[in-house]
Order: sequence, then structure tokens, then C-alpha cells
Amino acid sequence: MKTFIELCCSECWHTNENPCNSFIRCCTEGPLCHHNPECEEKLKKLNRQLRFEEHDLPIIWIGMGTCGLAAGAKKVEEAIKAELEKLNIQAVIKPTGCIGFCAKEVIVDVKLPDGERVSYCEITPKLVGKLIQKTIIEKDVFTEKLLGAHGEKSNSIPHINDNAFFKHQLKIVLENCGIIDPDSIDAYIAYGGFKAFDKVLRLMSPIEVIKEILDAGLRGRGGGGFPTGKKWELAHAQKADQKYIICNADEGDPGAFMDRSVLESDPFKLVEGMLIGGYAIGASVGYIYCRAEYPLAIEKLQSAIKQCEKYGILGDNILGSDFSFHLKIKKGAGAFVCGEETALMASIEGKRGMPRPRPPFPSVSGLWNKPSVVNNVETFANVATIIRKGSAWFSSIGTKASKGTKVFALSGKIINTGLVEVPMGVTLGEIVFEIGGGIPDNKKFKAVQIGGPSGGCLPNEVMDTLVDYDSLRQVGAMMGSGGFVVMDEGTCMVDVAKYFLQFIQNESCGKCVPCREGTKRMLEIIERIPQSYRSTKNKLDELQRFKGIIYLQRLAQVIKDTSLCGLGQSAPNPILSGLHYFKHEYEEHLYERKCRAGVCKDLLTFEIDNNICSGCGVCVKKCATDAIVGEKGKAHYILQDKCIRCGMCFEACRSCAITVN
Amino acid sequence: MVELTINKIKVKAEEGMTILDAAKSVGIHIPTLCHMKDLFPSGACRICSVEVDGQRNLIPACAYPVYENMNVETNSPRVRRARKTIVELLVENHPQDCLICVRNGNCELQKLSEKYGLREHRYAGKKKDHAVDISSASMERDPAKCILCGRCVRVCNEIQKVGAIDFTNRGFASTVTTPFNKGLSISDCILCGQCILVCPTAALREKSHMKEVASALENKKKYVVAQIAPAVRATLGEEYNMPLGVDVTGKLVTGLRRLGFKKVFDTNFAADLTIWEEANELVKRIQEKKTLPMFTSCCPGWVKYIEQNYGDLIDHVSSCKSPHEMLGAVAKSYYAKKMGINPEELFVTSIMPCTVKKYESERPELSEHEQLIPDVDSVLTTRELVRFFNLAGIDFDDLDDEEFDSALGESTGAAAIFGTSGGVMEAALRMAYYKLTGKHLDILEFEPVRGFDGLKEASVQINDLTLNIAVVNGIGNVDPVLDEIRAGKSKYHFIEVMACPGGCINGGGQPIHQKPEKIVKRMKALYDIDKSMTKRRSYENESVQTLYKEFLVEPGSHKSHELLHTEYFNRSKKYEH
Repeated sequence: MKTFIELCCSECWHTNENPCNSFIRCCTEGPLCHHNPECEEKLKKLNRQLRFEEHDLPIIWIGMGTCGLAAGAKKVEEAIKAELEKLNIQAVIKPTGCIGFCAKEVIVDVKLPDGERVSYCEITPKLVGKLIQKTIIEKDVFTEKLLGAHGEKSNSIPHINDNAFFKHQLKIVLENCGIIDPDSIDAYIAYGGFKAFDKVLRLMSPIEVIKEILDAGLRGRGGGGFPTGKKWELAHAQKADQKYIICNADEGDPGAFMDRSVLESDPFKLVEGMLIGGYAIGASVGYIYCRAEYPLAIEKLQSAIKQCEKYGILGDNILGSDFSFHLKIKKGAGAFVCGEETALMASIEGKRGMPRPRPPFPSVSGLWNKPSVVNNVETFANVATIIRKGSAWFSSIGTKASKGTKVFALSGKIINTGLVEVPMGVTLGEIVFEIGGGIPDNKKFKAVQIGGPSGGCLPNEVMDTLVDYDSLRQVGAMMGSGGFVVMDEGTCMVDVAKYFLQFIQNESCGKCVPCREGTKRMLEIIERIPQSYRSTKNKLDELQRFKGIIYLQRLAQVIKDTSLCGLGQSAPNPILSGLHYFKHEYEEHLYERKCRAGVCKDLLTFEIDNNICSGCGVCVKKCATDAIVGEKGKAHYILQDKCIRCGMCFEACRSCAITVN
Repeated sequence: MVELTINKIKVKAEEGMTILDAAKSVGIHIPTLCHMKDLFPSGACRICSVEVDGQRNLIPACAYPVYENMNVETNSPRVRRARKTIVELLVENHPQDCLICVRNGNCELQKLSEKYGLREHRYAGKKKDHAVDISSASMERDPAKCILCGRCVRVCNEIQKVGAIDFTNRGFASTVTTPFNKGLSISDCILCGQCILVCPTAALREKSHMKEVASALENKKKYVVAQIAPAVRATLGEEYNMPLGVDVTGKLVTGLRRLGFKKVFDTNFAADLTIWEEANELVKRIQEKKTLPMFTSCCPGWVKYIEQNYGDLIDHVSSCKSPHEMLGAVAKSYYAKKMGINPEELFVTSIMPCTVKKYESERPELSEHEQLIPDVDSVLTTRELVRFFNLAGIDFDDLDDEEFDSALGESTGAAAIFGTSGGVMEAALRMAYYKLTGKHLDILEFEPVRGFDGLKEASVQINDLTLNIAVVNGIGNVDPVLDEIRAGKSKYHFIEVMACPGGCINGGGQPIHQKPEKIVKRMKALYDIDKSMTKRRSYENESVQTLYKEFLVEPGSHKSHELLHTEYFNRSKKYEH
């Protein structure tokens, strides 16, 4: 037996045309319909094989998610294949997803038939020879690049969970990511997959499913934090000939890649979550709205859907029940606003992706005016585990109003970039300094931008804030989808505000006035702040610069108050939080015309220290505007009126005579 | 019924009613821009924001339904500040050239700016930069003046279902434009001008023919005449603050004479003439078992639509020219000959409720074949004529009533109702009945084709013939009818189509305001004119009878085919790139 769909013997009768209702249980516990020790052993063996507990050849896993591929996983794979061929070693190479430790990609796991699965990190094609020599030939540990061992803790090799990056994590959503083969439904089943769906289908009524989700306290992981069970309950109560369940996989926040990881590394988990959701609300069609910029995720999803259809887990009368469910993928065309649920549905309908006012809420009238539930990938990925382990278990994790875990995508100026899943209620500081390992290059921490363009920039003072929906809102940020961008002292907060406003402006759908016009004006006001005396052309410019600041807060408030959708309503957040926590930086820019981070070019002054300058003239050649003058062999000077602050002289000076203020 | 409080006033409202309507019922005005009655709320402009207890943000009154014990504030400082800021944001991205704008004094943005007391440029910055689209023969699009309320897009897509314009680009670069930004002339636009009627600013406007008319009037060699469409007389008064639906025919004639027009004719005369020809064509088609159903051809927007979208069905359209083109043709042949005027020197100006007529007048097939003299030289909309009157210092209110010039000035009640949906059908029925039976129709009011439904249908028993007729009110309702014909399943003999909802009284050239009862009142005005006439059947028009006797011989004659009929083209292929 190589797959579960194969029949163990002639007595088993499961086919996808005529599915047996105990198929899922049968796979891991079976056979249930007949007693035959031989069949039992066959299935047990297959399970062990799929879980890699029993195999004859060494197995090499390569993390081939988008992050791994970007770090060179493809080249590592080729190198491993070549090396194995060269040494004439038989081994199985298995692609897997992403384990989350982006900073340490490419990650390669090796398991010998009688050994533990051990992860190694930062593998390059050059290191492959050493890796295979150490692990497969010498049957030892490649300690230089060791990340840790999986499975039961053994004494000889440090366990992967002892690594600071993994130590504080609690993996529910990401439990299979980087562990199982995302292309194999058999592997998913062997790791306990579809058990929850099986339970729902056989033993639970839709109401019971909804109650379980309500009791678990699961809240939307897409940003808003609306209780998922409530959404389902409302949609369930609607009477309609057709309902839809929609997965929002249009992950567009800068620096967020949680959903991508789930889609690429564990797509069946999403399918199972949507199946349960569809069953609960009475939907027979589901849509996954995935951005087209995730080609690998779409490929994995397509493969997953195909396999589920083959196994009779998707389609009509699933597993002999009267529940039918079809899943379709809709590719987004790259509009950030299509992450807003009403715009997303307009986009599925083939219209321009623009939000519409609510009510009516999608649960009442959504896609094609039918009751529809829109949940995000991470939310759906929680569902199966909640059903399997129970609401009581789930609600025991987290804080009072925020249950379970949250996945964050750590990026920016932080040592351990990557995906982390932490229980609700840890502090921001723990994520930054313990899991994230702090700031690289001995620089000082300045802020963390949490929640993407809708969130806020939080400084060191509030690093003891708990990670939950309400605490984050209190300090002026929001959970958002889970972007977690760390900034150090080299980041200018005015510049950051400018970046996010630029982003919002580019991505605003242009429908409502405050978002379309208002954010543009905010951007213009912010752009005027880091303006030097040289750039201000006349007194009117100068007046506008200050007037803008006076009206900024008022404008921000109106945009927040009146925008049509969440994108506009939260657009001023980066500015408001910046003004609140980093007022001094804004004031420095405004009054002293100084950028302490040295980012705002217009405010910089390049000067030559005439004590150090040897008059070599290298900088003169580099200067594009002839702003540097001086006699050969003597100290040079920079003419400030001509200088465009490109920094070329600074880079060119061999004796470090040029200073920047 | 639910009970709520708006500005501390207890209000009883029906369930599902919006805050906007509930407030209106107790005399509280909430400004709107993007709101369109009877369409799903768009929620784009946010000017109707109100404060509701328990809501974190302000909410749009036009989109939000009332609920029990709701507490609404429409005039709190927070609401006022928000509304003012929104107006400021709109104004700062607008050319602010009110003084030289065609909508000066009738602009919703201007009014809001005044209402919210804008006194300084608080958010001055970059403005959008777009060229004016002058490609079309009838209309201009000026995206720089557009405030993106989306009303034009909705009227074009949801009501007219033409779909010539939509939003493109994102953020500050958002704009309403034609496919691939290629200009209105090669889009699907039928130039009906409904978008102009809903535009709050001058982003959409007619292409003015005022200069041509003015220079013709100045030209001593030209013999300039005017004709007035049936629907103009019922609406022009609105521009002078008269109540809706006042008939101003007499003043119009006087005004036009004062402007310098040598003769003032009535398009209603040609409407009667059209009925003679059209009824004749219908009877012929029925008797000779030719292509049926037959469509009316009075509405050039409709003709453009079928040419562009259902070109294969073009034979179904009556070959009759539209009334004002008929009058132009008759004026330049029969009348010119009779009066001894060189047809080349005769300059015909049509005063029309319509923007498409401008395009129609430029169609090459609508000119005298040999010399290519256009039947109609220029078209002024109702709005343009008012501007002309104002320019000439004519105090419209104080004008006396005068009569149309003879020969092409007499008309019957049947012609008067041409300006409203169902009117052409009713007039044609009165004539056809007589033609087929030789008897006068007793009850002239034909109720089934009156009113506001999108598709009105009826059957009329004439002798042993059951005539199935339909009236399509608004081009958005025509597709199912056409699809039926294409599928060979249509039961109709005769179908009237008017592109504008309500007919010409709501044409794209009519006065611009958003008074909801305008169609009803204007319709009533035309029906009242019909009722007040002693002659209410087209065949009773003595001038038309004389015209046939002296010149055209009979309906459908060779002469009338030459002058009063035209041909259409299948333009559907134009779009195959």
C-alpha cells in the first residue's frame, strides 16, 4: 500500500464514487468494516511510513517554501542530488514547507532509518558535501549548522524547541508547516488530518459546531477580531438556496506572510477548516480568494483540492453523507483593498474591487447577494484543531477576550526574522527580544510597527503590552493580520509615516472621499515636514508647512471617522501613533530641521573636516553637482547651496573626513 | 414601525428605512452627493455622515437603516467638522474655476462649499490633471471637475445599462473614464446625456452649438429658422424658477423671434408628419408581411444603440427620420421653394431636450443627397437656449405669447405627447386605427402605454387584427426585447423605444436639478396640452395635408422617401479589434 485510497483487500469497498463514511478513521485506525490482521498491519505500516517512523533509506527534507526557494533551496536540492549520485548513496529527498525560521534558510532535515529527524540551517550548496559526509556517511551530527532534533527529546542532540526562537512558541496553526509534505493528502491524514471534519460530519450538528467555535472564543485573525462563531451563527440562521464560505487569502500587508506559509506548507488544513465552516453554515460552495502574487501557494492549493476531490472529501455527498461541498480558487489581481471583505466579494463577482457600505453584512447578503462568511486563512487553520481538541482546550490558551495563538511575521531590524506563533498574552517585548533575538549590529530598538498599514508604531515604553486584540487597540495599534516590522534607531519615524501613507494612497480604491483625497493631503503634509530651508521656495511654502501640522490631527480624525471601509478608517493610525509616541522626532524635523536617524536627505548637511581632509580630490570627482571645491593637497569645502545630499562623497572619502549632520 | 430619535426629535419610521429618509420625514435635511434614489447605496461621498450612539465612527445616513431606539445626531460639531472637511477635500482637488464654468450657479459642490462656509485653503496641494474629452459630437467630459461621486457611472451602468464609463486607477489617480481612456466617441456611449443630468458639477456637459447659431444669426446671408421640440416647452420654465410642468410655448416663440430667428417652426408639425409616414410604414409592413416588429426611430440614442449593439436587427427600425430632421428636410425643400429661399442659405436650428440630436444632425445620411446640405444645421439644448436668452437680455417671465409661423407650425395633440414615453405609440395608434378602419378612435387616452414602467405592453384590436405593441421606457430595458426578437420569439408588431427614462421630457439636454417629481409633472404638462387641443389626431393636421397635396403626394411616395426616410448601419463590428 502506498496511498490510503488503495484497497487493503477485496473486502474493503471504498471508492470515490461510493465513499465509505468511515474512510478517515479507517485510514489511521482501520480497517473498520472487516477484521483482518493482515490489513490492519498494512495500514499501520503505511501510517508509520507516512509519519517517517519506518523507512529503509535516509530521508532528506528541504524547506521549499517561497522563503526557502528565495534563499536558494533549489540549488541546495541540486547539490544534494549531485552529491548523493557522486557518492552512490540511496536516499529519499522530500520537499517540505516552511518551518518559519526565515533568517536561517535554507533549512535541511536529515533522518536516518534508526535515527532522529535533525534540522540543519543555513545550508548552502558548498556545505552540502560536509552535511552528507557528517550525517549520512559518518551517521553523526553536523554540529556547525545544527538547529535541533525533532521528536522525543534525546540526550545526545539538543532539541529544536530548546532554540530560543522556538522555545516560546506554541504551534497550532503552523504545527505541520515544514514538517509534512504539503503535496500529499496521505501525509496529512497520517498526521491526524480530516479527523475533525470526520467528527463533525458524523457526530455533530451545524449548531453544535458553531457552539464549539463560539465557546472556543476564536476571533478573526485577519485584523478586525470579530468572533468567528458569531459570523457563522448569523449565516447559519439565514434561509437561502445558496450560501458561500470564502477564505480571504489576499494577504497584502507589507511585511506579512503568515497566510502564505500556511497555504504553501499545509494547504489541507485550510481545506479542512473551510469544509467544517461550510458544514456549519450550510454552504455548498467555497471560494479561496488568493492573491496572484503567491503562485506557489496557488499551485499547492490546486493540488490539495484535486487530491481531496479524488479522495471524495470534496464534491457531492462527501463520505456518504448528504453534505456536498465544492471549493474554487479565485486569483486576486493585486489590489490591497480586495482584502476588505465586501471588495473581495465584488472582485469574485467580476466587478472592480471596491467596498460597499454595511449593513447588509455579508453573513446576511454577501456574494451574489447570498449569505456568505468571509474568514481569513489563519482563522480557518485554527478550526480543525479546535474541533479535534475541544473548545475547552483552546480557550485555556490566551487572555480573557483573546483566545488561542497568533502568528506574526517578524521582519525588519531584528535578528531572527521569520514566522512565529505565540499564545495570546505574551508581551511584545518577549517577541522582540527573546524570540526575535533583539536588534542586530548592537543598535538600539526604536519601534515596532504592528498590524501593517492599519496598525501603529509602538515604542519601547509599551513593550510590556500583551498581545491581544484589546490591549493592542488601547496603545494605538491593532492586531492586524500579523505583520511585525521592527525598527532600530536608524529608522526615521516621519519617513515611516510617509512610507505607509504612500502605500495607502497607492492602494486606496478611490471610492470614498476621505480615503482618496484625505490621505493624499496627509501625505503632502508629512512630505513637507522634512523640508530644509533650502527647499522652501517662499514664505507661502513655509506657512503651509506649519499650517499642515496644525490641521493634520483634525484631518486624521475625520478620515478615521468617515471612511467607508477599514482601509481608510485605519489609514491615519501610523500617523496618529507616530505623533503620540514620537512627537519629539516630528518636532525636531519641524523646528530644528533635524533628522536624528539621518534618513531625511533634505535635512542632512555634509561637511568636510578640514583637519582630516588630505585634499586628495576623490570626492570632487564623485560629486555630480560640482559642490566640492578646494586646492589640490589642501582641505576641501562643500558648497551647501549646490549640494544635493546624495552621499557619494561620504562613501568615496578614504580618510573619513566627511561628516553628516 | 420603529421609533428613533433624531436631533432629540422622536421619529417614527418604517423598518428598513434609511436614516436619510427618516430625517427627511421630520424636516431634517442631510446633504448627499453620491446618493441616488432607488439604487443600492454607494456610500462613496460620506457627506451624509451622521453620529449614532454606540457606533465608533460616523455612519452614512443614506446607507444605514434605522433601528429601534436609535439615537442620531445630524448636526453635532463632530458631524459638521467631518462634513466641512469632506467638502474642503473635494474643493481642493477641483479647478475652482466657478466664474467661468458652465454650471456656475447650478453646481452641487459650489452650493456645499457655500453652505459649509469654506473660507480658506486648508488642504491645498496637488490637483488632478486631466484633459477634456471633446471627441464626441454631443458631449464633453472634463475629469478635472469630476468629484467621483459615481452617479454618472451608476446611471450609465445600472439604469441605462450602456456601460460606456467606469472608474479606473486607484487612490488619488482614480478617475471616471471610457474603456482604455480612448474618448467617448469610440466608446459604447449612445450620448443620451443622462449622466449630465446627474452630474453634480460640470464634469459632464453638452457640446455647445451656441457659437454656430450666434454666427449664423449675425450672418446677413443666412436665413435662420428655429424649431422647438415637444418636450422643451414643458421644461424650460424650470430654469426661470417656474413650477414644474408649466407650458411656455408662446413665450418660447416670442423669445426665439427676439433672438433674431426669422421663422419659428414647431417640431410638433413634423411629429404629425412622422406619424403619417410611420403609420403608413407599419401598415405596409403588416399587410406585405415584411420584417416585424417595427421599432420607432424618433430617438437617435436608441438608433445609435441598436446600430452598435444589435446591428443584425437594424431592419426592424422604421426608416423614418426623426421629427426634427423631417422638419429640416421639408424646410430646405418644400418651404425654401415656396418662399423662394436658396436652401443653402437656410439655417435650421433645433431646440431640443436632447444631446444625441447634436450627433444625429451631423450624420451624413441625414442631409440632402445631391448637395449634402444637412437637414438640421445646429442643435441647441434647452439649457443652451436659456443661456442664449440670458445673453441677449431677454426677460423670459415678461414675454408675451406668440404663435408659430405658418406652413410648418401647425400641430395636433398627438404630436404634443411625442415628448413623453409612450407618446409616439399613442399617436401612431390613433392614426393606424383610422387608416385600417376608416373610423376615428373614440377614446384617445391609451392608458397602458402611459406611466413609468420600463416595459409597457398592450394589445389593440383593429378589425380582425390583434396588434401587439410595446413601449420601452429607458434604454436599460430594451435588451430582453431585442434578445426575444433575435431568438425569433417576439410577439410584438410595433415597439416604441425611448432611450431616456420617461422619454424626451427627461432628456439629456433638459434643465438640471434633482427634484424627484420632475418626470411626473412634465409628463402631465404634455398630456394636458394634448387634452386642450381640438385636433388630437395627426391626420387632422391641415398643414400636413397641404404638404402632401402640394409636394409629397402621399405617405411612402418617392418624394417622401427621398426627404423623410433614411437608412441605418450595422456598426456592431466597429468594436472587433
